[in-house]
Amino acid sequence: MSDPRQPADGSALVEVRGLRTTLNGKVIFDGIDLDIPRGRITAIMGPSGTGKTTLLRHLTGQLMPDAGTIRVDGSNVPKLSRNELFDLREKIGFLFQNSALLTDFSVFENIAFPLRQHLKLPEELVRNIVLTKLQAVGLRGAAELMPSELSGGMARRVALARAIVRDPMLILYDEPFVGLDPIALNQVLKLIRILNDTLGITSVLVAHEFAAVARVVDYVYLIAAGKIAAQGTPDELARDDSPWTKQFFGGEADGPVPFHYPARDYALDLGFPAASA
Amino acid sequence: MSSIPENRPQPAPRKHDASRIGDALAQVGACGLFLLAILAAIPKSLRYIRETIRQIWFVGAMSLVIIMTCGLFVGMVLGLQLYYVLSIFGGTAALGTVVSLSLYRELGPVVTALLFAGRAGTSVTAEIGLMRATDQLSAMEMMAVDPMAYVAAPRFLAGIVAMPLLACVFNALGIFGAHLVGVSWLGLDNGTFWSNMTSSVDVWKDVINGVWKSCAFGAVVSLIAVFQGYTTPPTSEGVAYATTRTVVFSSIVVLALDFVMTAFLM
Repeated sequence: MSDPRQPADGSALVEVRGLRTTLNGKVIFDGIDLDIPRGRITAIMGPSGTGKTTLLRHLTGQLMPDAGTIRVDGSNVPKLSRNELFDLREKIGFLFQNSALLTDFSVFENIAFPLRQHLKLPEELVRNIVLTKLQAVGLRGAAELMPSELSGGMARRVALARAIVRDPMLILYDEPFVGLDPIALNQVLKLIRILNDTLGITSVLVAHEFAAVARVVDYVYLIAAGKIAAQGTPDELARDDSPWTKQFFGGEADGPVPFHYPARDYALDLGFPAASA
Repeated sequence: MSSIPENRPQPAPRKHDASRIGDALAQVGACGLFLLAILAAIPKSLRYIRETIRQIWFVGAMSLVIIMTCGLFVGMVLGLQLYYVLSIFGGTAALGTVVSLSLYRELGPVVTALLFAGRAGTSVTAEIGLMRATDQLSAMEMMAVDPMAYVAAPRFLAGIVAMPLLACVFNALGIFGAHLVGVSWLGLDNGTFWSNMTSSVDVWKDVINGVWKSCAFGAVVSLIAVFQGYTTPPTSEGVAYATTRTVVFSSIVVLALDFVMTAFLM
């Protein structure tokens, strides 16, 4: 495989420069720069609450940053009008953490929804496209079920089929492996790789499972404390011995990322006299 | 031994009255801006005309049972009370006139709006609130489908269309109820009941003015219901409060608006 830092075919699809975001008084991003090369799978990883989902929301214009530029396919997202933003989103697939299926519609209609809203296709073609995508995620037989009849893992696969139904140029996966059994996880990993390679899609994947992620992604950004704490190919990060990567990928409680939320002295909370220093 | 409570989360400090008034005014302002956003989305929502029709069926046809039942009983009570009062002055012949004018001008639009807020307004708020809580609105935005055009505007338009129709049904059942009590039960002459009514009721001054009121009430109740659902915090408690606020705010605004409109339409 060619150098994963370089785009498969030309420039980076997503360019983020000097991104600064503060939410509810907490600094989420403090000057982040990153590139997502075209045709590659890039993972955004980091401890919980570091703003991985917030970064995806910035890329799609659901949330505007305090400062910085976010270029997606050449468009500066924070400067786009609502209509321009919708035009851009037509080329982006987004897999939500909680699937976000439309509960009034069947599985089939959920996947057909983007097609019906934007394209005037013959019903037979809509049916074929939807069944093809459902077959890809292994749920063709569940086409007539309602979202309330699906398990969490099945709902995520339906949401994935909906995200790819229009063959977007960019797919953003927000925690795609949560709730999947090992068989489905394996199939979804393969699907992400196949979609990327055969259709030339660019993928951004937010996840915590390094072992799974390392099997498919080309490049990883580790975000912590509002900065890019580490970046590289999965192999490079696995060998990296910086405190951030050692703690995150080793799953250690002690390290630069505190496991405990700031609190009063434990003994005092339990009603014992404070230990003398 | 000291117990945990020292760092237990304390209840939020009671808000100052001025701050509460400020919050209320901010809500009114936000609701006004939301109305402008809905109006701007209406041309785009015409693409989703089937969704609008589905919503008219949902808030209109599905409310028929409660509207018809209440209309019938309100008419029966009116017939009974007014017959008693009018009989004191020997004016029972005016029963049809008084009942129909009460219904067309005031009771029909107002009571229908209050029932509509309780039946359809709350369900719209809860539905949109749950869509917000489960990211369905965000998912639509990510699929480049404007939720203001696909979700908010059709429900707003459905309220404006359904309310006058429901008020007409309410009025019809009310008059039927009054006829049942006055004519069938208490023995008032059938011809007197209808002829006095038709000679005293003016289509434009009485019936159409009532229809205008119904349209305005439908718009107000739908706006409040959609706004509350759209802006509710994405929690079960948030949705519960939002549905309650829909009924409370709708009732107050409908009664206040009724006074204003009556003053202008008289």
